[in-house]
Order: sequence, then C-alpha cells, then structure tokens
Amino acid sequence: MIWNMRDETISRTDLTKVQGDRLARLVDTLYRKVPFYRKKMDAAGLTPAAMRRTEDLAKFPFTTKDEMREVYPYGLLAVDISQIVEIHASSGTTGKPVVDAYTQSDLDLWAEVMARTLSAGGTTRHDIVQNAYGYGLFTGGLGSHYGAHRIGATVIPISGGNTKRQIALLQDFHSSVLTCTPSYALYLAEGLREAGVDASKISLRAGFFGAEPWSENMRRDIEARLHLKAHDIYGLTEIIGPGVAFECEEQNGMHLNEDHFYPEIIDPKTGKVLPDGEKGELVITTITKEGTPLLRYRTRDITYIDRTPCPCGRTTVKIHRLLGRTDDMLIIRGVNVFPSQIEEVILRIEGVEPQYQLIVDRENQLDSLEVRVEMNEKMFSDEIKMLEKTEKRIESELFTTLNVHTRVKLVEPKTITRSEGKAVRIVDKRQI
Amino acid sequence: MSVKQISIFLENSKGRLAQVTRTLAKEKVNIRALSLADTADFGVLRIIVADPERCISVLKAAGFVAQETKVVAVEVADRPGGLALVLETMEAGGVNVEYMYAYVEKSRDNAVVLCKVDEESKATEALSKAGIATLSAEELARLS
Repeated sequence: MIWNMRDETISRTDLTKVQGDRLARLVDTLYRKVPFYRKKMDAAGLTPAAMRRTEDLAKFPFTTKDEMREVYPYGLLAVDISQIVEIHASSGTTGKPVVDAYTQSDLDLWAEVMARTLSAGGTTRHDIVQNAYGYGLFTGGLGSHYGAHRIGATVIPISGGNTKRQIALLQDFHSSVLTCTPSYALYLAEGLREAGVDASKISLRAGFFGAEPWSENMRRDIEARLHLKAHDIYGLTEIIGPGVAFECEEQNGMHLNEDHFYPEIIDPKTGKVLPDGEKGELVITTITKEGTPLLRYRTRDITYIDRTPCPCGRTTVKIHRLLGRTDDMLIIRGVNVFPSQIEEVILRIEGVEPQYQLIVDRENQLDSLEVRVEMNEKMFSDEIKMLEKTEKRIESELFTTLNVHTRVKLVEPKTITRSEGKAVRIVDKRQI
Repeated sequence: MSVKQISIFLENSKGRLAQVTRTLAKEKVNIRALSLADTADFGVLRIIVADPERCISVLKAAGFVAQETKVVAVEVADRPGGLALVLETMEAGGVNVEYMYAYVEKSRDNAVVLCKVDEESKATEALSKAGIATLSAEELARLS
C-alpha cells in the first residue's frame, strides 16, 4: 500500500527537479544560518551559487559523525532554539552523542516518512501496533509512534524490554503489527515458545525491524517463528531516525524517501561518488529538514543503489539491505571481516541462533577472534564431546567463509550484552 | 528400564554452580545424584531428582538451558569387582558407556551407578541376562 501516491510515484524528471530546488535552498540556508557549514564551504572555495544541479552536490564537503560531536550540542542548528520542539540523541556509547533537533515541520516530516514505511507493509488505521522500540532519546520508539498515529492505527507504546508483558499484551490486545529491533523480535519469539504460546494463534501479521543490521536468514527465521511478514527498515538519528528507507511488499531492497533524503554512494577511501549498483558508503543529504539539516552526511553504512523499477509502483530508488559498516569492518590478521558474514555462517548451521558476539583481541602480536554463541535447547547435549563437536563445526564453517581462524565459545543464553534492544555484537579489546 | 536425568548447561565461570544449586534449593528440589563434566569454557551438570518435570520448569524459568536425558540405573554389588562386572557385561553386549556416576543412598548391600549408554535396550538386556538388576525411577526413589 502506498501512503503518498503523489510523492512516492513521482516521475524521475519531476523528482530530479524537486531535489535540485531543495538542494539549492538547503545549501543557501546552511551557508547563511550555520557557521559550521559556512566555514566548510569557505574553506572549499564554494558559495551557494555553486549548487545549481543535483550533480553539483559532489563538489560540496561531507559531514562526519566526529564533526557532529565536535559541535555538540547545538552547533548544527539552522533555526533559533525557540523553533525546536523536540530533541533526540544517539546513545553516545562510542563518544559524545549526536543530536537531532526537530521543528514542528520536522516532526510532521518524520510522521510522513514513517507512515510511508508502515503503509508499505500493509499497516492501516485498523491495525494495532505494538511498538517495542525504546521510547526516549532513542529515535526508534517515537518515530514509529508518530508514523502509526499519522496512519490512524492504534499504538501500544509498550517500549522495549519486559518480555512477559509484551507477550501478555500481544495476546490481550490482538496486536497485528510489531515494531522492534530484529534481535528483540527473536528474543520475543523465544519468550513465546518458553511461555508455551503458539505464535500462529496470536494476531501478528507484519513486523518492521531495524536499528541494527540483520540478514536474510534472520528474516526467514523471524517470519517462521512469529508468523508475520518481516520488513527491513532503515534510519539513523543523525538524519531523522527511522523512516529514511523501507521495504515494500516485495521485500527486495529498501525504498529511500528521496524527496526528503538525497542519497549518494561513495568510495569510503577516496570520497568519490560511485555509479549506481556499486557497493560503497551511503551518504545522505537532508533536503527538507529545518532543525538540524545535514549536508552529505557519511552514514558509514555499506550498501548500493538499485534503480530497477519496482513492481510495487514506487519510483524512488532502492538501497540494498545493509552489507556492513565501514566502522564495523574488522581487520583480522590482514583479512577484512564483516560481522554480517559471520552471522550468515552461524545461521546456516542447524539449531544455532543468531545470538552471537565477536571478541577481538591481540595475543602475542597476533589478532584473535573469539565468536561467542548463545546456547539453546536445540544445540544442547548432555555429552561434552557433542558440545565440543558443535564448537568445532562452527569454527570450520567460519574458516571456510572467512579464511580466518576463530575460536568458538558456547555461552549461556541471554548473556550477550544488549543495549536499547540492540545486541552488542563486537568487542574489540585490541590496543594498537 | 531407564530413569530421567536433567542436564544443565553452565558457563565455566565463578558462581554459576552455586547459582543453579541455589535456584533448586529455593524451589525445594533435592538433588539425589550429580556429576559435573567440564571444559575450559563450559560445563554440563547432570542431576537426578525426584520430580524431573518440575525441576526442568524451575530451571527454565530461571533462564538455564536444561534438558532431560535417559540414563540406566544399575545395581552394583558393593565389593571389589562389582563395577568391573557391570562394565564388562555391557562391553560384551556391544554397549558403549558415554559416562557414569554414582547415586547417593542409604547404607545397603548394593551400590547404584547411573550410566549414559548409546543403546539403552541393549544395555538393559545384556545386564539382565547376566543377572544384574536395573532400577526404575520408582525403585530408585524408594532407596532414598
């Protein structure tokens, strides 16, 4: 279902024109209102006049997460603080948080793009949306909340965690749509099983999962266990939160809301824009946001752009399911390793659940990679030799794919740290 | 004839064994026999209790991975060579013993060992032919 027929099925010519106009206006605003951007443009010898066509954007400087941190908290504001009605921020687990400040019109935009997201998975005003994304500074909770409101659906603002309560409400309120992180969706499926609740008997039919990378295997697993259609959604605090891109019923790539977020794919090393279809780092320019608009923000997410016409009728470009992150890529003894590769391998093995954690360390000048995998009943055996065999099997499958030796360690369930419903997948203890 | 044993997965970390036994103590589950097998990373605790079903649900509610497995309870003459006879009998019958441990009991003539074997019916048959008794869950419970 298409929420905004006019904007989501706009012709390419019209869209390019809209984007060009909005980009020019954005660059002008940034130059006049945000000293941070004026300085950058001056340094690059650019004025707003240099922004005439969408292709001109490539001349302009990038914005990085580190820069956003340097000007924390209000350095990117393009309007007076009196016009800001809400502020969200990243968790700041890896440094100072990054801030997204919204005007009323930004909140309206957010509701619009989240309404598009939820509609694309068939959500209507008749649905009951159990929103298990965390409410608070994290954008997942309120973003989904505003989108569901815009559609007119019923929101259950349960927030993250409290699995017992989630299960009770799923049954009592007949929730038909679930919004949470994919790892929490699996957690919930496990909770249902433990509570002896038959997932085919509850009313869920669609789920919108994002905020962390997940794989096709994990999707199939979630769909089979929760009896719903699982949609991948994409967003980030810096840009707006969830609502940047979403999967339609085709479940084949995520439509990017291009009339509001202008995408580019660059080579993360050289910064050069890559042609469509080539894998690289996604860069986004917010072309309609008022509060904290960003010019060429480097998301560090690796994907590629697909312009193949989609059977759903939307004309917006699609980005492929995230292939990794430029900062998640581990270099183990000189070999590039993406956590997503490890996840694919783990999920291929019968009985193993995608609850894993990677511990990178350096012993005697050599990198070591320990893969912790949570034990479950299917994998468990009362015989030590069977358990050791499981470890060895995972190790050898990982070696085949990664060409790096790993040490697999079976750990007790639910011992892998989770923050805001996101599993902490990588612990790098190397001191270089 | 076999009896139900509960196996529990434990990380090889400080205090985990105490935690699992405390969990069982709180629910008044009495451990009749136990064996602990371990590696550097993890261990498997195997226990025999009076009510295995309840024990499993108590453990699962506390977040442990636990499983029910069948073991054979074999009566062993409480004298030198008693255990050797049992094991030779099984070996002769082509039965592999994966692991075994002793059962706690009040003083009597025979001891009881719990054996995890690859083929339970074959084991029971070989033992009974040799005149060695195996115990049912009820008989085992009566010993305590």
